[in-house]
Amino acid sequence: MIEDLVEAEGLVKRFGDFTAVDSIDFTVGRGEAFGFLGPNGAGKSSTMKMIGTVSPATSGTLRVLGMDPASQGRQIRSRLGVVPQDNSLDMELTVEENLMIYGRYFDLSRREVRARIADLLEFAQLTDRRTSKVEPLSGGMKRRLTIARGLINRPELILLDEPTTGLDPQARHVLWDRLYRLKREGATLIITTHYMDEAEQLCDRLVIMDNGRIVGEGSPRELIDRHTSGEVLELRLEEPVGALSGIGDHTEELADRVLVASRDAESALAEVHARGINPAMSLIRRATLEDVFLTLTGRTLVD
Amino acid sequence: MSALTTRTGPPTLTGGWRAHRVLERNLMVSKRSWVLVLSGFFEPVFYLFSIGVGVGAMVGDVQVGARTVSYAAFVAPALLSSSAMNGAVFESTLNIFFKLKWGKVYDAMLSTPLRPADVAAGEIGWSLLRGGLYAIGFMVVMALFGLAESWWTLMAIPAALLIGFAFASVGMAATTFMRSWQDFDLINVVTLPLFLFSATFYPLDVYPPAIQTVTRISPLYHGVELVRAFTLGMFDWSLAGHAAVLLGMGLIGLRVASGRLERLLLA
Ligand SMILES: Nc1ncnc2c1ncn2[C@@H]1O[C@H](COP(=O)(O)OP(=O)(O)OP(=O)(O)O)[C@@H](O)[C@H]1O
Ligand SMILES: [Mg+2]
Repeated sequence: MIEDLVEAEGLVKRFGDFTAVDSIDFTVGRGEAFGFLGPNGAGKSSTMKMIGTVSPATSGTLRVLGMDPASQGRQIRSRLGVVPQDNSLDMELTVEENLMIYGRYFDLSRREVRARIADLLEFAQLTDRRTSKVEPLSGGMKRRLTIARGLINRPELILLDEPTTGLDPQARHVLWDRLYRLKREGATLIITTHYMDEAEQLCDRLVIMDNGRIVGEGSPRELIDRHTSGEVLELRLEEPVGALSGIGDHTEELADRVLVASRDAESALAEVHARGINPAMSLIRRATLEDVFLTLTGRTLVD
Repeated sequence: MSALTTRTGPPTLTGGWRAHRVLERNLMVSKRSWVLVLSGFFEPVFYLFSIGVGVGAMVGDVQVGARTVSYAAFVAPALLSSSAMNGAVFESTLNIFFKLKWGKVYDAMLSTPLRPADVAAGEIGWSLLRGGLYAIGFMVVMALFGLAESWWTLMAIPAALLIGFAFASVGMAATTFMRSWQDFDLINVVTLPLFLFSATFYPLDVYPPAIQTVTRISPLYHGVELVRAFTLGMFDWSLAGHAAVLLGMGLIGLRVASGRLERLLLA
């Protein structure tokens, strides 16, 4: 049994002259929850589509479940669970029928699919909506249905493209809970997201993507340890940033506030006050993947 | 929650085509709109009443080769043929265009073991399935009118399916090149003359030879000749030629449609 479910080397995707994925390398091990964290247009979906064998790589090598997407796409897809960014649910069918026909695309018997549907509807908390059309469902329900649909063939590898984008906080937590359960049950997950909290919650290991390139790789903890000072002091100031020189390891000026990276933000704040600076707002927090992204790219993740 | 345990073996791959799954999906959808599906049956039947019976009463009999037949018997196979064409074209252009542009159905299908060729063949198969049902219905009506003279008439059903295959494939291939609804006006520009001038309403020999040559280019003409040969029970080797034209057209269309779907959907 192969241990690396996905292996990519020098993977490139071009659309005409435009390079969406610019020679990336990564591997995803069995049982891992692996993330692609990056802003809009970073190339996350393009990468997911290549893994899902619905978009041919322009160059580089890619192996999925030990097979070649170019020649063994069908075999790969039969063992993959795909949750695309745009759901692509069948609007002409009901909740239950969506699951049924999707199972049939995998050549499962009707009896088999029926048995699985009951469990999946429960998993997606949609049992009482089984005969409803898809259109009137809420965003969160559609997302859960799409995830349930992606599980109908009991996939070894599940591709989740921005599983919780556009959902309210409560719906996101419900979904995280579902995904966590899948991972515990042994599934290998590949997740794209532009939410750092999602990446921190769900991913064992992740790569940070920007402009088609991978700019950082590791577990959330490792990335934070490697690329930040551990704590951050957020300030809103009247004075120019220069007034802070010498405080903390590094300062970053954003549109509405200043971030001071420091091992000890408490003392940094004391120093600010000692200099007679009175910030309109001050906040001490732990460094997050957001700060990692800022360090690596000089920009914020979500703007 | 055992259903979600991973590492279960993959479903066995039967290999080969899975176009029938696309058909199954369309069947699932149409269960709810069977009235719409049924409506396709009435078009040729209404034409048969108005033109075959109505116009036929004024026109009298028609000379086909060595035989003299009633106008209704002459025009019925042509009506069956044209409706096979129209049904196939409608199904494979407007419908498919909508699914390509707005529906995400194909995207979902292609992330399963289905391939673009399965989608193309499945959609064409679906249009044939409907066309076949209409052809059977029309046969029944022909029999009621006393227009079905022998068992050979039944062969008009596969002949109508062949017409459907030819036009559905080419229609679908053409649709993959269309950019907006305006482009669909072109379809009528093509199908209306085919409908009127494919030896549909009068025998080919009422025209001078030059125009006859033009008519022979029409794929529908080959369809009409084929279906008419079966309903009138008049056979010769030219039938093989007519069938070959339609089959060739269908296969080329299918090939182009699959290739184009692959380019459009698997960017
Ligand atoms: N079919 C296509 N044709 C041309 N350009 C494309 C195509 N698909 C994606 N792109 C471009 O490639 C770049 C990367 O897109 P991609 O969808 O992979 O980004 P993403 O990281 O998923 O972004 P988002 O967070 O917005 O989903 C974008 O600039 C996008 O415009
Ligand atoms: Mg995306």
